[in-house]
Amino acid sequence: MNDAQPLLEVRSAGHRYGNRYGCRDVDLDLWPGEVLAVVGESGSGKTTLLGTLSQRLSLTEGSVRYRLADGTVADLAELSEAAVRRLWRTEWGFVHQNPADGLRMHVSAGGNVGEPLMATGWRHYGRVRAAAADWLQRVEIPVDRIDDPPVTFSGGMRQRLQIARNLVVSPRLVFMDEPTSGLDVSVQARLLDLIRSLAAELSLAVIIVTHDLAVARLISHRTLVMKDGRVIESGLTDRVLDDPQAAYTQLLVSSILQG
Amino acid sequence: MTGASETRAILAVSGVDKTFTMHLQGGQRLPVLRELAFEVHEGECVALGGASGAGKSSILKMVYGNYAVDRGSIVLQARGSVIDIAAAGPRQVLAARRDAVGYVSQFLRCVPRVAALQIVAEPLLQRGVRAAEARDRAAELLARLAIPERLWALPPATFSGGEQQRVNIARGFVTELPLLLLDEPTASLDVRNREVVIELIREKLARGTAILGIFHDAEVRDAVARRVVSVEMFAAPAGAAA
Repeated sequence: MNDAQPLLEVRSAGHRYGNRYGCRDVDLDLWPGEVLAVVGESGSGKTTLLGTLSQRLSLTEGSVRYRLADGTVADLAELSEAAVRRLWRTEWGFVHQNPADGLRMHVSAGGNVGEPLMATGWRHYGRVRAAAADWLQRVEIPVDRIDDPPVTFSGGMRQRLQIARNLVVSPRLVFMDEPTSGLDVSVQARLLDLIRSLAAELSLAVIIVTHDLAVARLISHRTLVMKDGRVIESGLTDRVLDDPQAAYTQLLVSSILQG
Repeated sequence: MTGASETRAILAVSGVDKTFTMHLQGGQRLPVLRELAFEVHEGECVALGGASGAGKSSILKMVYGNYAVDRGSIVLQARGSVIDIAAAGPRQVLAARRDAVGYVSQFLRCVPRVAALQIVAEPLLQRGVRAAEARDRAAELLARLAIPERLWALPPATFSGGEQQRVNIARGFVTELPLLLLDEPTASLDVRNREVVIELIREKLARGTAILGIFHDAEVRDAVARRVVSVEMFAAPAGAAA
């Protein structure tokens, strides 16, 4: 978090579906090593924002600037499709809510983790397999499952495999869409702890969309609260949750079930 | 504030107001503090006094950047830098927590799955201390605070209240920062452990740490605090709201 310049600079960003805005007027900066949570109820625009920042949805207005690994700053709207594909292979990751959207369910676990490496030019089979085995271990999947396809895995294991598939190429920025929401509570805790420690260890920048404020509290440094497509409150996560200023944030915080 | 003039103010609070606006209660405004001002110098412990509800914990939370302030300044002397927490952005607050201010809350916020030893060592690891040294220092504190070694590898979620609080204290005391905030550090401790905490506080003070604390236990307060800031002096006048 010590880099002088942000990795991502978003100004007045918006995405329009027809004549209705999915999100609008979003400003944010993200630095390496920083985990940013985007919270809000369904329909608040948080997933649209994630899609817009990750170039899966078009940027209808505003700008998104990204500092590439070589230090140059690119306006994402001006990058060629080939350049964006290269970013996805080497610098960005996306963890989907449903692991089936981010994994090849009938390819072996080792293949799922090795494939991104081969897409960046790794050719030596033994090294790819060793790297895959190493990552399975880091996400706490028994290495003896390396030849099994994720279709035979539990939900928590699938999600950990998806994380390994994303992190194996050492990305700098990872987008996560409700990565824990389909999982049992005990499995969630394990996954969050894993994300938290890997993000710190690898100095990853992470934008994580969640409707669960406890998830935001556990792993994020900063939080954006969205409602009706706009950011209505943002700041240090513990301040947003412990001393919320906006009426809507107070309502969200007061709706948390006390354990 | 006599007697402290020779030393440096590590924390200088001035002109701070704090109001809570309760939007769920029709936007009711609850003024808590008005024109709050005090200093804490290096090597001294200042206690916040006043009845429950006067805003003592809120003051600690404002100094830690956990609560926003309406106006005023909260100036912290970090190593070689000065930061006004009242005006700082999120990244500056996080930097201040890394370099300038530690906080022992009333309750340990348990992170699932993380072992007690790791919870205590984490603040050191985050500051670049080698893993072996961080573990040694964490172990030393846990031992002093009488947490049995067989518990060190377990997550504290299942510990007793007193054990959790001692893990919390160990985590807060393991770093050496210019300012330490203590919210009822001895509330759920027995006499022997209370003595250990008093010792730990005195050791910190001897090394120049400035401490701002809330101590309901008068014996503990008298043993460590040089003076008491009465929060009621800064109570917002009732009806100042609306």
